[in-house]
Amino acid sequence: MKHLSPVSLKVNGDAYELSIPAWRTLLEVLREDLSLTGTKRSCQEGQCGACTVLLDGRAIYSCLFLAVEAQGKEILTIEGLARSAGALDPIQKAFVETGAVQCGFCTPGLVLAAKSFLDENPFPSEEEVRRATVGHLCRCTGYFQIIEAVLAAARERAGKGAQL
Amino acid sequence: MTVQACGDYAIIGKPAPKKDAWIKVTGEAKYADDLFLAGMLHGKLLRSPHPHAKISHIDTSRAEKLAGVRAVITGKDFPGIKYGNMPQTRDYLPLALDKVRYIGDEVAAVAAIDEEVAEEALDLIRVEYEPLPAVFDAEEAMKPGAPQLHDHAANNMSAETAFQFGDVAKGFAESDYLQEDLFETQPVKQGMLEPHACIGQWDETGKITLWASKQSPYVVWKQLSMGLGIETSRIRVIQTYVGGGFSGGKQEAMPMDFCAVVLSKKCGRPVKFVHNMDEVLTIGHMRHPMKIWLRTGVKKDGTLLAQHLKIVADGGAYSSIGQLSMYLPGAMLNLPYRVPNVKYEAYRIFTNNGFCGALRGHTIPQVCFARDSQLDLIAEKLGLDPIDIRLKNGLRPGETTPNGFRIGTFGFAECVEKAMEASGWKEKRGKLPRYRGIGMGCGSLVSGARVMGHSASTAQVNVHEDGTVALVTGSTDVGQGADTVLSMIAAEVLGVGLEDIRFSLVDTDITPADPGTFSSRVTFWTGNAVKIAAEDARRQLAEIAAEKLKAQIDDDIVFRDRQVYVKSDPQRRLRFDELVRLAQHRQGKVIMGKGAYTSGEALIDFRTGYGNMSPAYTPSACVVEVEVDPQTGQVTVAGVWGAHDCGFPLNPMLVKGQVLGATVMGIGQALYENLLRVDGKVMNPSFRDYKMPLTEDMPRLANVGHVNVITNDPSGPFGAKEAGEGAAAGVIAAVANAVYNATGVRFRSLPFSPDKILFALKESDRKAPAR
Ligand code: FES
Ligand code: FES
Repeated sequence: MKHLSPVSLKVNGDAYELSIPAWRTLLEVLREDLSLTGTKRSCQEGQCGACTVLLDGRAIYSCLFLAVEAQGKEILTIEGLARSAGALDPIQKAFVETGAVQCGFCTPGLVLAAKSFLDENPFPSEEEVRRATVGHLCRCTGYFQIIEAVLAAARERAGKGAQL
Repeated sequence: MTVQACGDYAIIGKPAPKKDAWIKVTGEAKYADDLFLAGMLHGKLLRSPHPHAKISHIDTSRAEKLAGVRAVITGKDFPGIKYGNMPQTRDYLPLALDKVRYIGDEVAAVAAIDEEVAEEALDLIRVEYEPLPAVFDAEEAMKPGAPQLHDHAANNMSAETAFQFGDVAKGFAESDYLQEDLFETQPVKQGMLEPHACIGQWDETGKITLWASKQSPYVVWKQLSMGLGIETSRIRVIQTYVGGGFSGGKQEAMPMDFCAVVLSKKCGRPVKFVHNMDEVLTIGHMRHPMKIWLRTGVKKDGTLLAQHLKIVADGGAYSSIGQLSMYLPGAMLNLPYRVPNVKYEAYRIFTNNGFCGALRGHTIPQVCFARDSQLDLIAEKLGLDPIDIRLKNGLRPGETTPNGFRIGTFGFAECVEKAMEASGWKEKRGKLPRYRGIGMGCGSLVSGARVMGHSASTAQVNVHEDGTVALVTGSTDVGQGADTVLSMIAAEVLGVGLEDIRFSLVDTDITPADPGTFSSRVTFWTGNAVKIAAEDARRQLAEIAAEKLKAQIDDDIVFRDRQVYVKSDPQRRLRFDELVRLAQHRQGKVIMGKGAYTSGEALIDFRTGYGNMSPAYTPSACVVEVEVDPQTGQVTVAGVWGAHDCGFPLNPMLVKGQVLGATVMGIGQALYENLLRVDGKVMNPSFRDYKMPLTEDMPRLANVGHVNVITNDPSGPFGAKEAGEGAAAGVIAAVANAVYNATGVRFRSLPFSPDKILFALKESDRKAPAR
């Protein structure tokens, strides 16, 4: 019998009490126990960024992170991003509108990485966007439309920010 | 002969986000690994650790006894029927029977309550192998006495093609100058982010269902039927969202697909398989590594007179679609340049490496790399400008190539000129500082091809009473935008909004049979079918509208902006949804349009090679600017500009995405990617070690350009041709030519990795220290 540890997670504002083997990754728990499959499973070795979620606002590879380590922190997955904004987040909107989404497998991870990055650096240069996304693979787009999307989202957020 | 955008379209030709982008940015789109069926088990595959061995015995008893294991299967659980693409190349088995042929070959499979238990069980399967001598080099494998992989293939000959059109001996004799080079290309992986994944179910009635991430679900459907020895009517393949295709395993039925359904039969529960990345990068389907020998004869002024191309390709352990793989390089040597005499010999050789198949552009980028590198060598020898030699030899619309390709629209010269302009070629070439260089490469591709068996595409347009439309095709969107472009075609014809069209994923029980997503065929072939189907539906509606509006039918009735009106008197109008309800409620007519398209070309015998392969061809030109660091040997792409004749860009935003994505894959192959193997073992089966391009490797947005050359192909839907693969065909040569321009060193072997560059720079310094 597997040894189970009690874990409390806060994901997208909801609290969950789980009993899981301590070695399970956050990626596995999000997908398999909480059915949050927007977080994608690709390399499972911290090399592609598809599994990125935000932990207290910071982008992490959930495939390298044990679920038990995420206790007491606010986890945001792609499912929570749209919901927290009511409609699409400006970053999601920019990804749609600039053609940054092809197969879409890299998209949730990149959108969340962009959010964490833009929260820290609202007025980035192209160079900074490039550096911030270097931990993410995208095989479809060649990245250009993704970089355009992040820059467009930054502009959109700056516009909105003025009213807040 | 650039024709300007024709027609006053409401939807076509305008950038529109991909229809499924909304559910992809929110994480709602379900890929195969995102499906969880009640009671589902998890499967894992045991793979051969030997490159070549006989299987003398498999003992699964210990694995079967492990708690949580539900079933273990081996090759004996299948009927032993080999499956594959063409009758002469069927050599796949779901699981090996008596022999394994490469490290990674599937030997047994387990279904268990979770992935961990399944993996644990793999360790408990005892396989007794008798290792056989193995061979990893294609030329070695051709020699007498080399280890033999397949009984049916003497000298490991997997596929052989030889043809000659014109008379190359005469062409060479008349030439002022002959250039001969040997090029070498490397194995490259598809590199899609989504690993292969499927769920198989074999129910009580004997019905088999496979949910899978596939780009050609009907190929899978037929291959499952073949390998299981079960009629297609009992098999249903349901396509999920696909996280990147680029051909390869998502094009065919894989061992995991067979094992999922047969394990399900044994366990009475659905079984899911998902590869890990190590498996994805180890197993078969990759770009063919090739030795390419090319001899070219030219006149002093650069006119091409003859080319002789010889290829030896390492096909790996199995055939895949090898005969087509070998036909393409020779056939595509006829494009985009006019070569009156062409001779071609190609050998695809079985070795104990992972097997090769199609990957974006198939075997065309390799030969474009060789041909367009050599063109620069020739230009330099003859003192010609590399642009001039290309323009001089470029095919023009209306020509027929020696191998029988009928060239319709073909804006090759415009592509070269636009790529030059966009890149600032004239200001840069010859004026850049040392270690900075600029180069051009060109290529061509087909807009789909009649390959084998079923090749027609079919569409249904089901018009609903609320004025929306369900578009049903057998085509798959793998991210390239088929969902959107096909919907745009239907929306344009019916005069409704793009958001009014619903595009469905393939379900072989429901959608019409279709060959699949390959050879850049979907926009052209399925697009034509959709247009015909939408026109059929419109005709049915126009009749009813004419009656109601008291007008002449059809020509006088306009469908636009969700309105239907009389052209000569636009006041007489109806809402589109009103018209549909009128038809359906009052007249009892359900509006369903049907359409099918096939090119009508005869099948080409890949071994002899004559005939018109495709209804339309696309030329492209690419300019790359590089900076080479002489300290580290690192090549940085400083800029990339391309021009591509896609006929007419139905959705410029998606065309741009296709072209740039393909271009970056080309850059990856030119500079970074290489599946390293030692005695058949892949040494870099991870994204850390298999180097694909990253954001920081890319040039700044200001130094990236793409121009659509518009030629409005009369046989394409709304003038469109291929857009997803052709633009990248010339990229590798463009990088090679730019690196030469920057360093004075010519690289004939891919990739141009820092070690090769450093070594070559040292060599050239030693030879000519004064440079
Ligand atoms: S799946 Fe986590 S980084 Fe690739
Ligand atoms: S859109 Fe396919 S991997 Fe990025």
